[in-house]
Parts: sequence; structure tokens; C-alpha cells
Amino acid sequence: MSVQPEQTTDTPSAPRDAAFWAQSVEKLSVTDAPAGATNLNVDGRQTVGPLQGFGQLWQKTYRIRLEGASVTPVEVVKAWKEHFPEFQPPSNRFYPSVAGVQPGEVVLINAMTPGGPVSTGVMVLYSDDETFTLMTPEGHPESGWVTFSAFEEDGITIAQVQSLSRANDPMYEAAFRVIGSNLQEKIWKHVLTSLAAHFNVEQPVVFNKTCVDPKLQWSQMGNIRYNAQIRTLFYTLAAPLRWIRGIFRS
Amino acid sequence: MPQADVKMTVHSIRPDIRSIAVDGEITAFAEEALMNAYQEASGEGVKTIILNFDGLKYMNSSGIGLLVTMLIRAQRQNQSLAAVGLNEHYRRIFELTRLNEAISIHPTEEDAIAALKSSVK
Repeated sequence: MSVQPEQTTDTPSAPRDAAFWAQSVEKLSVTDAPAGATNLNVDGRQTVGPLQGFGQLWQKTYRIRLEGASVTPVEVVKAWKEHFPEFQPPSNRFYPSVAGVQPGEVVLINAMTPGGPVSTGVMVLYSDDETFTLMTPEGHPESGWVTFSAFEEDGITIAQVQSLSRANDPMYEAAFRVIGSNLQEKIWKHVLTSLAAHFNVEQPVVFNKTCVDPKLQWSQMGNIRYNAQIRTLFYTLAAPLRWIRGIFRS
Repeated sequence: MPQADVKMTVHSIRPDIRSIAVDGEITAFAEEALMNAYQEASGEGVKTIILNFDGLKYMNSSGIGLLVTMLIRAQRQNQSLAAVGLNEHYRRIFELTRLNEAISIHPTEEDAIAALKSSVK
């Protein structure tokens, strides 16, 4: 379930960042889903960035100061990658591949929202020692990416989550405006608080958001055909049928 | 935050075209330098800004995010962005992040200007 990082490190002139980026792929491929994960709405989907979605484009930045913890940014990001699913709230299950948070790997997501369950995923777009970025596929609630990083400021290590994304289709945009945006902000605050707790730090999360582009991209309204929430709902409703079909097959 | 290891130089090519030459690294720390360069390049009557990446030495995902922000700012001013001097690796990153769908890519500044001329015919 991966896309290999660029194999250019054997070239003397390869840029330093070459090994940190996923390779370009036309469509994502998920062949071996981790145990317990529902593999829906990712395989065969294209990745989408902040330019492809429907809704307003927002940049949201969440920061926590790891005061009192003697950890470097590299150590923070290492722990973040290793324990990524554990830092999520219980309603948000992340299933990284065996390879973990590596460029090109797919992380499946099974989440429970007020609108019902959503099965989706993300691709690791970029990963180095102090940063990693996840990019969404078609049908995901958001179109864009979210970057997890750590850096030092005045001798204190700061952990940061920064998203640059817009709702993928009109239905998601409406949901984000009503409740989804607040829920999403709670998720990333929870993740940062859990990360800090891992280093025995208790600090508030500082949050700010900027509307980078207030326009709706009506040309993208057809994205709704891939809506993972709708498709997961139909998949869930069809579970008894799949069960009956299984009986007749066996 | 550490200082940005990048230098941006703005050139006027024509009254309606300016270029920003990037020399160094585009990471989150380059935000101020990049946005200042955009501000300088984005004078009255400027319709196109060419980003010259001949001197690009390193770019991470935060750096790509800065380019998206800059692109949106340019679009709101009815300006277009073009990229030149991208090597094969960075051209692939533009494809991977789908920035190539909104920023036209050309080998050189001359090619970008020629493409602009043919598109307005």
C-alpha cells in the first residue's frame, strides 16, 4: 500500500530533499490494509491539494510549547511518527502501513463523525526528520494537506500542526460551516495535547486560522461523486446484504 | 525560528511582467522573504510573475504551501504565476502536489514570455 520515495539518491546531483518526497502517482493503491482497518475510498483515488477542492481555503496553525521537556525537534517528530495513531482521539482511528510514516505510504482512516462513519485515508506526501505532511485523496472531507513539525524557539521545542485545505465538495463545505470545522480543530488540539503528554508536558495549544481564499470553487462541485461520507454510509447499510451473499457463497 | 537560507531578487522584464529569482531553500522560514518579494514584484499593471527556480537548492512541504498561498494572492490580484528553471525533481513535485495545474511551467524565462505572447494572440 505504498508509493516509493524518489529513487534519485544515487545520483550525485540529486537534491537533498529528494528522498523525503513521495513519488508522483496517478492514483493511490492500497493492496494490503492493516488488520482492523476498513479499506474504502482510497484505492484508485487521485490525491488532491489545496487547489482542487470546493470550499474556502483555510490555513490553520496549532502550536504547543514543550516547556520543561528536554527533547529536540528530531526526537519529537520521531515519537510523533511512531505513535501517530495513539495520539488521535478515540473516534479517529488511523492505520499506518507496516512501513509507517514514510514518503508515499498510505494511512487509512476510520472515523466516526456526527454525520456517521467515514472511511478514508491520506498519503504521506513528505517526511524528513523534523517534518511530515499528509495529503488527502478525492472524497476525503478536505482537499489539501496537513503538516506536522517541530522546531526550536528561544531554547524551547515547539510542536506544530498546520493545515492548508478546503472542503472537498459542497456537502462537506456545509458540514464544516455548521460543525465540522470546530470538530476538526478539537482533533488537532487533542493530538498536540497527547503528544505533549507523551513528554510529560501540560501546556495550552495556541491556535490561529486565516482564510487564504474565501471563494468557493464551483467548478469542483462534481467532487461530491467521490464523497467518502456518503459512500461509507451506503457501504455500512449494505453490510447485511454482503453477509447474506457470503452465506450463499460458502 | 531559524533564519531562512534564501535570497529573492526581483527583476522587471516588461511593465506587465516581473520575475523573482529564488536562490537557496524554500521552507517555512522563507515566508517573509517570499512574501516581501511578491509584494515588490506585484506593482501596478503587473499581470504575470515568473518564479525563476534556477537557484533552488532545497524545498520541503511547508515551502510548497508558501507557493500555494502566494498563488492565491496573485490570483486575487488577477495575476498569473509561471515557473521556470525547475529541474526534473522539482518539476515532479509540482505534479505531485498538482501545482502544475495552476502555475504554468517553462524551461526558461524566454520560453515563459514567448508562451505569454502566443496566449494573448
